[in-house]
Amino acid sequence: MSILSTAVGKVGLKTPGMVASGIMDETGASMVRMLKAGAGAVVSKSIGSEPKAGHANPCFTEVEGGLVNAMGLPGPGIELFAEEMAEAVPHGNIVGSVAGGNADEFAMLAGKMEDYKACAVELNLSCPHAKGYGMEIGTDPALVKSIVAAVKSAVNIPVWVKLTPNTHILQQIALAAQDGGADAIVAINTLKAMVISPEFAKPFLSNKFGGLSGPAVKPVGVRAIYDLKSVVSVPLVGVGGITNWRDAAEYIMAGADAFQIGSAVLTDGPEVFAKVNDGLEKFMKDYGYASIKSMVGAAHE
Amino acid sequence: MSEYVKILKATENNYDTKTFEFELDAEAKPGQFVMVWCPGMEEIPMSLSSTGKIKSISVKRIGPDTERLHQLKEGDVIGVRGPYGNGYDLSPGREYLIIGGGIGTASIMPAVEATGADTIIGGRSERDLVLRDRAEKAAKNVWYSTDDGSFGFHGNTVQLMKEKYAEKKYDCVVACGPEVMLFFLYKACQELGVECQLSLERHMKCGAGVCGCCVMDGQRVCKDGPVFTSAQIAEMKDFGVQKRDECGRVVKFRK
Repeated sequence: MSILSTAVGKVGLKTPGMVASGIMDETGASMVRMLKAGAGAVVSKSIGSEPKAGHANPCFTEVEGGLVNAMGLPGPGIELFAEEMAEAVPHGNIVGSVAGGNADEFAMLAGKMEDYKACAVELNLSCPHAKGYGMEIGTDPALVKSIVAAVKSAVNIPVWVKLTPNTHILQQIALAAQDGGADAIVAINTLKAMVISPEFAKPFLSNKFGGLSGPAVKPVGVRAIYDLKSVVSVPLVGVGGITNWRDAAEYIMAGADAFQIGSAVLTDGPEVFAKVNDGLEKFMKDYGYASIKSMVGAAHE
Repeated sequence: MSEYVKILKATENNYDTKTFEFELDAEAKPGQFVMVWCPGMEEIPMSLSSTGKIKSISVKRIGPDTERLHQLKEGDVIGVRGPYGNGYDLSPGREYLIIGGGIGTASIMPAVEATGADTIIGGRSERDLVLRDRAEKAAKNVWYSTDDGSFGFHGNTVQLMKEKYAEKKYDCVVACGPEVMLFFLYKACQELGVECQLSLERHMKCGAGVCGCCVMDGQRVCKDGPVFTSAQIAEMKDFGVQKRDECGRVVKFRK
């Protein structure tokens, strides 16, 4: 077993880095490409019940320290996504991300992902720019608990819950997810953000606001994982601004059993996974960590 | 990062195409593109039709967004992201034959000017042939084809390419145009045993290689492309067959 192997509960990973939802994961072929690039798993695009175009362009821009997007959860809908999953699943771990508007819809979507042989399902309770979805329903602990419980009773595969940093009660929400039966907590989604173009005196994005990701949000994500590790007992997955092995090590030492990479695909390409894996392995050997698990939460007293 | 630039010059190329020049410091290669936006339209990818310090886009009026761009005058402002994409590989010491079909001519014009290579410009009719003056100034030879025979060779660019290739061998064919043209051009190049670089197009959102909306068989048109080599195209099942709509659903070109 490689020094880099880890597990998120029952989901074993050969390498600890996964592709974050929303990055190169809307088609079967692109998910396969990311697995081949060294990702331990690919989290699919968040899929809803119906085909959805998402927000009109402009829905993306680079900013200092990262990028701001308001894609608006575009996707072909859960029925058509069967074909993409069928193409990708034989090549490795695919975590099926789903975005519903209520508990029943989440349960139905998760059931489909289980049918499609996802190794786990990730509930998007954190997208900051899709009305009626994501963060709008993911910041109420009671609602979060009921959604997770409904999904848990509908599927046998592990249920991961991706949370938003756009709240002052992150720990309560995570505890609610754990009470509902969540098998892992994933944090963070993007920070709600806006870009204005002074020349036009208008917000740049068609949706006006979007979510900030990339290196600028990393310290926010690391803090979130550190806080979560102090209160929940389920495994954690760290995500937000990871570009190199140091970033990944920070998340792991804050308490994450594994991590996800998204925005760095912009700057480093799919090759970012090989780069982070190599760097992490070197660091672990140099500093005497025999396994990822031995690093998890190391920064806590 | 978005930059906001003033239009220095707006030129009418023909009945449905205008070229807008602006200054953008970022370096650009022939075949790269920018994401263009102003209030009242959706942001769209546009090939750079000039890639020096003064850059340009050449816009054919085909829908509401290009219609909006056509309203712009000198001094008006547009938002520009990029340049994005890989551009053409124009290594020196090779003989190129460069082909532009319709408004695809905008994308290849900087390559024509960088190399002076022999060039074919095609269109439905004489009035659809654009940027002729620039091609004639830069290229060793410029040949034209029109579907209706109103100007130059009566037929399409692929047929004309085959005729020219019979007279003289080239190391590489470089082209941009409608996918149906590129599909048959690719086939012709395979038959002739000549390498090609084709600039492809898909529905784009981020333009920068993260969202995955424009992928063809896992290749990002915005970042790994838009220019793909014959070897890469040989691996693509989507090329000439299907694309994806803004929801990511497969749309077949022919039923």
